[in-house]
Amino acid sequence: MVMSRLIRMDRTGHTTVAEWNAGDPDTVAEAVAAFEAELEQGYYAVVSRGEGRAEQVRELPLEEPLVILRQPIVGG
Amino acid sequence: MGPVALPELSAVYWRPRLDVRSLVRAGRLWTLSTVAQVVPFVGFAIFLAVAAPVTLPVSLIALVHAWMIPELYAARGAGVVRPRPGTVDAAESRALGMLADLIDRRAYELHQRSGLVLERGALGVWLIAQAGAVLIRPGGRRVHCYCVAVRERDLPGPDRVAHLLLALRCDEAGFATVANLAFSGAAWRLRRRLPKRARVGLDAGLGLARSR
Repeated sequence: MVMSRLIRMDRTGHTTVAEWNAGDPDTVAEAVAAFEAELEQGYYAVVSRGEGRAEQVRELPLEEPLVILRQPIVGG
Repeated sequence: MGPVALPELSAVYWRPRLDVRSLVRAGRLWTLSTVAQVVPFVGFAIFLAVAAPVTLPVSLIALVHAWMIPELYAARGAGVVRPRPGTVDAAESRALGMLADLIDRRAYELHQRSGLVLERGALGVWLIAQAGAVLIRPGGRRVHCYCVAVRERDLPGPDRVAHLLLALRCDEAGFATVANLAFSGAAWRLRRRLPKRARVGLDAGLGLARSR
């Protein structure tokens, strides 16, 4: 069974925040809760869309194998 | 689901969203502004040399000033690719693994050699560093250097690059709008000011931009 992962890029390199299987409601509920908590903390969720493309998502895409949480960027 | 504009744009709501036209205009304005700063020194140097040849040393000093102005701007542009202090090795290594998952093998090898991630975009070829990015326009003559980073200082270097890369991939024009322009000018002028390692990345980017 392949688990999807929600990963946060942080000072440890990266941290797996949640893992879920789209067919398992318990893991999905936990992942959605974790996802929303991270967004409230100010992270943005991104899904890779092939070469050179990514998409920001506001809801946890259950079918995606990997969702990455990134921090906001600012002009220096 | 349609593409989402970079949410960070709300922090710079007064800036018009960047497009090719505004990018070209920004480059021309930068050049014009530099010329406006250089010309008075050159004019002053010529005037002194003609009016009173005995003041030749002063003329030379004015010419040095005129030469230094674009060089200082280029040095500021080169600063955007300067690596930031590293974190603990384990975190760097994990972050590097994450970055490797986001880019292809050639881009990863170039990152290992230059510290920069090369990314093709609609506006040109990007070189992503830890706290900034260089945009090489098609043709490879002009570069735009941007200061842009994540706020958190304790992130591993490859993670900082990955944050910028993902934001760029989500919304290239939005990314360039949020970023602050540090330099716009000739690629050769920037190249002279770059650390040797970063020149490897710039050369690869220039090769790609010239072929577009």
